[in-house]
Amino acid sequence: MIELDINGTKRSVDAEADTPLLYVLRDHLAMNGAKFGCGLGQCGACTVMVDGEAVFSCMTPVSVLAGRKIRTIEGLGTVEQPGALQRAFIDEQAAQCGYCIAGMIMRAQALLEKNSSPSDAEIRRHMMPNLCRCGTHMRIVKAVRRAAQTMRAEADKPKSAGQT
Amino acid sequence: MSIKVVRALSVSRRRFLAAGGSLVIGFSLSPKALFAQGSPAATKLPGSLNTTPMIDSWIRLGADGSITVLTGKAELGQGVRTALIQIAAEQLFVQPGKIQLITADTRRTPDEGYTAGSNSMKDSGTAIMNAAAQVREILIARAAVRLGLSADKLKAEDGAVIVSDGRRIAFGDLVGGELTRVRAESQIKLKDPASYTVVGHSMQRVDIPAKVTGGAAYVQDLRLPGMVHARVVRPPAYGAQLRELQSASVEKMPGVLKVVHDGSYVAVVAEREFDAIRAMRALAAAARWDERALLPEPSELFDYLTRLPYDSFIDADNHATTAGVTKTVEANYRRPYQMHGAIGPSCAVGLYKDDSLTVWTHSQGVYPLRKSIAEMLKLPEDRVQCIHPEGAGCYGHNGADDAGADAALIARAFPGRPVRVQWMREQEHLWEPYGPAMMTAAKASLDGGGNIVDWEYEVTSNTHSTRPGGAGNLMPAWHLAIPFTPPQPKPIPLPEGGGDRNAIPYYKIPSVRVVHRFVPSMPIRVSALRALGAYANVFSIESFMDELALAGRTDPVEFRLRHLEDPRAREVVTLAASRFGWSSYAPDKGRGRGFAFARYKSLGAYLAVALEVDVDRETGKVRVVRAVATVDSGQAVNPDGIRNQVEGGVLQSISWTLLEAVSFDKKSITSADWSQYPILRFPELPDTVEVHVVDRPGQPFLGTGEAAQGPTAAAIANAVAAASNVRIRELPLDRKRVKVALGV
Amino acid sequence: MTARGVASFLILAAGVAATSWAADVAPTAKPAADQSMADSTLIARGAELAAIGNCASCHTHPEGKSFAGGRPIKTPFGTLYSTNITPDNETGIGKWSAEDFLRAMHDGVAPGRRNLYPAFPYDHFTRLTDNDVEAIYAFVMTREPVRLTAPPNQLAFPMNLRSALSVWKVLFLERGAYRPDPQQDAEWNRGAYLVEGLGHCGACHTPRNAMGAEEHTRDFDGGQSEGWDAPALNSSSPAPSAWTAEQLYAYLRQGRDENHGTAVGPMKPVVDNLSQVPESDVRAIARYVAWRMNRGQLVRVAATSSDSAQTVIGDGEAIFRGACASCHEAEASGGPIRSGRTVPLSLTTSVNAPDARNAIHIVLEGIWPDAGEKGAFMPPFEGAFTEQQLAALLGYVRSRYARGPAWSDLPKQVRAIMHTGQKQ
Repeated sequence: MIELDINGTKRSVDAEADTPLLYVLRDHLAMNGAKFGCGLGQCGACTVMVDGEAVFSCMTPVSVLAGRKIRTIEGLGTVEQPGALQRAFIDEQAAQCGYCIAGMIMRAQALLEKNSSPSDAEIRRHMMPNLCRCGTHMRIVKAVRRAAQTMRAEADKPKSAGQT
Repeated sequence: MSIKVVRALSVSRRRFLAAGGSLVIGFSLSPKALFAQGSPAATKLPGSLNTTPMIDSWIRLGADGSITVLTGKAELGQGVRTALIQIAAEQLFVQPGKIQLITADTRRTPDEGYTAGSNSMKDSGTAIMNAAAQVREILIARAAVRLGLSADKLKAEDGAVIVSDGRRIAFGDLVGGELTRVRAESQIKLKDPASYTVVGHSMQRVDIPAKVTGGAAYVQDLRLPGMVHARVVRPPAYGAQLRELQSASVEKMPGVLKVVHDGSYVAVVAEREFDAIRAMRALAAAARWDERALLPEPSELFDYLTRLPYDSFIDADNHATTAGVTKTVEANYRRPYQMHGAIGPSCAVGLYKDDSLTVWTHSQGVYPLRKSIAEMLKLPEDRVQCIHPEGAGCYGHNGADDAGADAALIARAFPGRPVRVQWMREQEHLWEPYGPAMMTAAKASLDGGGNIVDWEYEVTSNTHSTRPGGAGNLMPAWHLAIPFTPPQPKPIPLPEGGGDRNAIPYYKIPSVRVVHRFVPSMPIRVSALRALGAYANVFSIESFMDELALAGRTDPVEFRLRHLEDPRAREVVTLAASRFGWSSYAPDKGRGRGFAFARYKSLGAYLAVALEVDVDRETGKVRVVRAVATVDSGQAVNPDGIRNQVEGGVLQSISWTLLEAVSFDKKSITSADWSQYPILRFPELPDTVEVHVVDRPGQPFLGTGEAAQGPTAAAIANAVAAASNVRIRELPLDRKRVKVALGV
Repeated sequence: MTARGVASFLILAAGVAATSWAADVAPTAKPAADQSMADSTLIARGAELAAIGNCASCHTHPEGKSFAGGRPIKTPFGTLYSTNITPDNETGIGKWSAEDFLRAMHDGVAPGRRNLYPAFPYDHFTRLTDNDVEAIYAFVMTREPVRLTAPPNQLAFPMNLRSALSVWKVLFLERGAYRPDPQQDAEWNRGAYLVEGLGHCGACHTPRNAMGAEEHTRDFDGGQSEGWDAPALNSSSPAPSAWTAEQLYAYLRQGRDENHGTAVGPMKPVVDNLSQVPESDVRAIARYVAWRMNRGQLVRVAATSSDSAQTVIGDGEAIFRGACASCHEAEASGGPIRSGRTVPLSLTTSVNAPDARNAIHIVLEGIWPDAGEKGAFMPPFEGAFTEQQLAALLGYVRSRYARGPAWSDLPKQVRAIMHTGQKQ
């Protein structure tokens, strides 16, 4: 049994040490966000975050993940309450088939947590490992930019009285 | 108006209806429609109503007010689900959110063939628009009877029939217990497009929220109770035969439930997905194959294709006396094999139970797949059901149908539990049917005024459809001990065309001769890739138009307009040029502009592209800096959906045109993954891509999805020529080719 | 740079500052570099020579125009920015005469008596014949002019003083053309000329002293470049199987040799360039380098099982099985990468090198083909592993595949590269 911290929840998983995280998420834990795209680290459809960095879950064996913080797109928000990037992808209609999008959002999230106002060039460089085949790239870049704006605006807001 | 109410609904059909009574309505209506689509002949019904005329095949109302719309088309990421909902909502006068749309399913929806050819709006959109209008009229008529008023005192509004005095009857209350089933009428009173509130207005796609939050959105996400996982071991190359397979140790691996072995067909079933992958790898390592060198020498591919036997089809042969020829220009163009390259490898789930098979598949054609699988398994068709959940974008005939066949074969070998099989990346790259390599030859003459007076064009191509028309088109069936073999390929006839799609120029030219050299024999597996032959033909014709404009010393846009009569064509051309700033363009060093236009299939969407490229003379690297596209898809349903599709088409075509070619050696395909078949990545994007939609309210839907592929390719080649004075006629315009052409 | 090195440099620099006797060069008039007049054969030869000289790698920003400069070059003394060598009159070398260009190449002096930093390897280019410099000049001056000014260099005192470079030159610049060795045949001499001169291989593969000059007593003993180790090209080569000229040719021409590995890091653009030059030149380079490597007795550390990394090997093996084996044991594992596409780890230079630096870089950054190009690929594992995990993985790989002893400072080096932003 391996204990994993996924989106802040401890999950015990009965998987062999060399099992890539992707299959634990999808198969053992029935989570849809991370997608199988290549199993080679070439396309980024499986991208999740580990300790704040974007990683290919198809290449990351669960044995290295004990005690580390895993985030998937399920941890960013829901249809009812989407996170800033999810909201921005909806607002920009930044999907066609959408298969790559969860990975795109997770890679973008890792960027925005380090750089709250990336330039277009920085966004493009950062997103390089992730492939989109439908040609949604321009909208994806716009959505990341839009989310960065929202996140900055949120961060600038004075905390309301009730909040600690 | 006379209303016919027909009682007919089978028990099996009833199963799928919402709780409560249902009303399925049809009616006969005198043909007084003011806004009828197209020009229906007396016997021809609009869109797919022509093949599926019963209204209850398309629209069902529940007593609870629920509205179910059915389409035989599939959501492929092109946004058709949302557009069809918009169309139905508009004609029914309901909020789009009230409509549940069911897509391709052989037990539930109409048979609309394939979701392909940019035909979904024309086929299904038109059918649903008319069916919805017919349903709305019958609801009004029913309410009129109930209220004792004449129908013209009533109107539909927000899911109800209302009277001017404020009385209203919800649609659900009009349903009653009686079930109705009638034929569609050929001419229905459609809503005045000027009063549209949903159609023609951008609507957020209904499928996107789940896709961005990790909801179940794809066949890959399907998790049925008791489901197990399978993987297939493919031969290392076309034609390879399994010589030896020691599978005993694999059968003992943890989690392995079964090894399926039938001739050269090998698969494994396991409880867990990664167990199946481990076992697949072990099987692959254990398998011994006999391989033969069957492929042509890559450097001689085009000579090889030229030497194969072919059938000639004369697509056009109009002669006019040509006088005053001052200049004749000739050019040959080539396009390599190119890949669909779905980001998600193909996947399907099969369940074989009680001698019946259900396959969940992202095939573009559930009905043809059902027929093919039934043939492969020797089952009656009614024992096979194919249901379409979404997959990753396919852009044509990729591995989807074959994965469906895998699921069928493995599920039959492992009955009782649902079996999910997904391909590995290298399987998708190596086994999908590619877009065919093509060659074209163009020759034309100009008169003293710089007008084209004659035009000869020849296109050489394999087939552009090996879609399942039977078990022989399912690749897994080739590997069985008793194999199925692919049928003799056939060309797709014009006006749609296959290799000759868009081979006839859309320009006014007195003498035109177009020949399609159809090559039946295929060294490499090919089939339909987005736009089919139109990609290479429009690349050729629109490159050639620039070469002719240059020969006639005319501006390329001006030259096209001079030969374009159709005012809608002229409008997209003029608009693209003006939005791009064509007339005031002043390039920086190493930059150039390019233009191209086509009307897809000569009967679909009008699309023009103007773009700017940057050519690095030292490396040969080309980057599209900015692109402007204008599109007229007829009545625009979801303008932002059209923009999204065209934007995607432009970017995908940039990738095809600058980077992509399937590579192979004499034994096997070598483009096994993305490192050996590179596609566009973020740093290579244009700075901007603009799409302008020319809406044509009330005009027929023309479709959008494939219209940008050809024009973008030609516009890039034209821009590279403008930037560097070098005309490149072979795709892709990759770094090496461009650098060689540029020289030192 | 060591403290002692800085001190000695300061003294020397102070001693000459007043006289500034170097760079007694007056700018000459701009030549008539008319493209239509230029000899196309000369330009073509210049193109090949510029490729062998790997000029574009340094003089091109990753997202910029070829030869327009602006690429940051990190040195132990600070960051330099490569100059624009396109023929733009204001920001490039458009106003340079052939003589100006020759002086820059041979003496490291630009018009205006500006001493050039030896990151521009004129200590090698000084070996070039005047004819070859002329060809490179003809090539460079017929490129597209690009208007681009590189950012100012960020160097600490005293390295920011160009005058100080005069001293450096006195100490370390041996001017003069290559002198052929009459004992050797023409191909050998061609190889030596290209390796020692234009190819400036020693700039990376020879260790440098505290003042940034190559230590010629240790030619090709292995150096550093952009945070990567440039392995020794002499008898200290870490390659477990001795390089033959034929293998070196394959490696330099195609970027890969199945007995040694794939060109990565700063070597990748070198081999990309060498794929475009005359085959005979690459064969000559390969011949000469193979000669240098095998001239001495090959001394190999006998294969031993590591005894230092025992505590972590168990973890390392599990990580290897999960993250690496499907490709690196393709043959046995039936994995996605076909046999022949990966070089056996036991043969690769990075795994057998005395130092783990390159192996760390490769695992963290992966191997990417250039944008839009086919090529060798390995996924980057940055973020996937903790320091301890990466050290365990590499300790396992080293003990299992390499002939040498365990990397002694592995955890420290992993930490340094993961946390000090040494990766490029």
